Amino acid sequence: MSFELSSLMPALPEIFLAIAAMAFLMLGVFRKDDSTELLSWLGVAAMAVTGFLVLRGPDAAVTFSNLFIVNGFTSFAKILVLMGAGLTMLMINSWAKQAKTARFELPILVLFATLGMMMMISANDLISVYLGLELQSLSLYVLAAYHRDSIKSTEAGVKYFVLGALASGLLLYGSSLVYGFAGTTTFAGLAEAMRGGEPHIGVIVGIVFVIAGLAFKVSAVPFHMWTPDVYEGAPTPITAFFSVGPKIAALCLFLRVLVGPFEPMIEQWQQVIILISILSMLWGSFAAIVQKNIKRLMAYSSIGHVGYALVGLVVGNEEGARGLLFYLLIYLFMNIGTFAVILSMRVNGRYVEEISDLSGLAKTRPGMAMALGALMFSMAGIPPLAGFLGKFYIFVAAVNAGFVPLAIIGVLASVVGAFYYIRIVKVIYFDEPAAAFDKPDMVNGAIMALCSILMLVYFVAPSPLVNGAEAAARALFLG
Amino acid sequence: MIIATLAFYLFAIVAVISALNVIFQRNPVHSVLWLILTFFNAAGLFVLLGAEFVAMILVVVYVGAVAVLFLFVVMMLDINITVIREGFLKYLWVGATIGVILLAELAVVFGGWVMSPDAQKLRTAPAPAPDALSNTEALGSLLYTNYAYLFQAAGLVLLVAMVGAIVLTLRRRPGVRKQNIHDQVNRRVQDTLEIVKVETGKGVS
Repeated sequence: MSFELSSLMPALPEIFLAIAAMAFLMLGVFRKDDSTELLSWLGVAAMAVTGFLVLRGPDAAVTFSNLFIVNGFTSFAKILVLMGAGLTMLMINSWAKQAKTARFELPILVLFATLGMMMMISANDLISVYLGLELQSLSLYVLAAYHRDSIKSTEAGVKYFVLGALASGLLLYGSSLVYGFAGTTTFAGLAEAMRGGEPHIGVIVGIVFVIAGLAFKVSAVPFHMWTPDVYEGAPTPITAFFSVGPKIAALCLFLRVLVGPFEPMIEQWQQVIILISILSMLWGSFAAIVQKNIKRLMAYSSIGHVGYALVGLVVGNEEGARGLLFYLLIYLFMNIGTFAVILSMRVNGRYVEEISDLSGLAKTRPGMAMALGALMFSMAGIPPLAGFLGKFYIFVAAVNAGFVPLAIIGVLASVVGAFYYIRIVKVIYFDEPAAAFDKPDMVNGAIMALCSILMLVYFVAPSPLVNGAEAAARALFLG
Repeated sequence: MIIATLAFYLFAIVAVISALNVIFQRNPVHSVLWLILTFFNAAGLFVLLGAEFVAMILVVVYVGAVAVLFLFVVMMLDINITVIREGFLKYLWVGATIGVILLAELAVVFGGWVMSPDAQKLRTAPAPAPDALSNTEALGSLLYTNYAYLFQAAGLVLLVAMVGAIVLTLRRRPGVRKQNIHDQVNRRVQDTLEIVKVETGKGVS
């Protein structure tokens, strides 16, 4: 068997990121003084280079004997993940300085988690799915428990770890059933096996287990129990990372697994996804109403958003995939912006995270209030903000494919959701001012300004990004 | 041939006896020691099957690492058996019910046992040329070519696990005396010892 260096080229971004992470680890270990800040900036640079390599990579290729795939879809998803990770890395850096908990492993673990996400997105075999997922999850468990002296943070870490291990077990069990009944783990082989007539009951059971494992990773109801506690307990910038990176990667993986190898069984898995999508949309809306802590609120909000995104998966065609990818893109910037605001909620250098702490923000910090107001209106899906467009494409895809009741439930759930998003706007603008926040630092200020302006003016020229999502969706269905 | 059969029964009987002892020992440390004996016998059974690689791995990984880890855990946790045994009778019926249900399920499964005709075919056509390659070689040639990507990915997962363990547990406490060989070697007599001439009847102030 001969080896050619060119066979490594499709995986060049991942190889680069892995080597960079390991080199930075060495740098951190051997430098005497604290190098968190240096490593954070280097990490952002490494992610930028990786993104560049993703863009310059081949259009479509498989390598490592069919374990790894690159196409337009994976490139789009990887760019999303890298943007989310890069922006949160900036926030983590400024937070670590202020909270004085900097340790150099922090950026390294974020880099490894990002690498795991990219490997998940590019997986072309059930085994590579599992290994990518595990690399991502292990890094995230450690990040959740990063504040090891705080009870809440360690609780978050332990909860995440135990439930995450359970979900990985479910996924593995499902994969082993699928392997046992289909005789292969490669996506191409599975698709062929599924196409050959009536599927065996064992395969269906296996797919249900795989879906359960993946639904846990995207925190869809009924596998969401860990989300509020982990979001609340983990340090805030890490929560921001949780709410974008792993969600985007796992949803893209969900899409690839279900419309790739399991596409011929769409009738079987569609009902399952419809159920978890409806439950997520409803639970995400109703449970968020009673929340007082803004991080818990964001957790329920993310559960709801996953529900909407899963509507795009239910449709299971090119239009649905386009809607999902576009939704993820908008969701990324909405969430990052909101977390930049949450990270700026500091009174005399102390972080606060109750919704009541935001009262009267419009009088004390008008700029921040305006940014948060725009983001909240966008999350609620008020036209013509970007959040509305995201939901619009998803629901249009659902209606076109004949899922009218599902789309109606989605719209109703988003009306309920609008209540608690707009309640925050009310608290900001009409309540008596509470203690004024400190001036937000430059990074957070820039991120919130960028994201909120993007939400506000996006409707002027939506076509480039929609076209990008469409091209990615087309690449997904080509193979 | 007779030697192989004898060896099989020897390993099998010792394995069963030591496995039973693992659960019946009162002292958890003894349980772990019996567990190690079970592993050794299982390794012997694997050798008899011609799976020498699995046998080696069993000894190296399970005996060398896992069992020692168990020993550490058991010795470090102060487990009080009498406290654990409390409420044994109270919860006995729950366990017994679950056990009976599982037994019934097993009976159902074995009752409906069907051998797939394909499986028989697979048995008659074993993996390619078992005589040409030893199974360590066969595994290696698969693992380092077709599955090199997965091998590397698993390595990264282990690296993250190690980094994580260090992040969550390593702390630098002030006031702990650590060995510093450089300082110890470079200590001079003048720095630490003072010779005082004590005059009679005065003492050292």
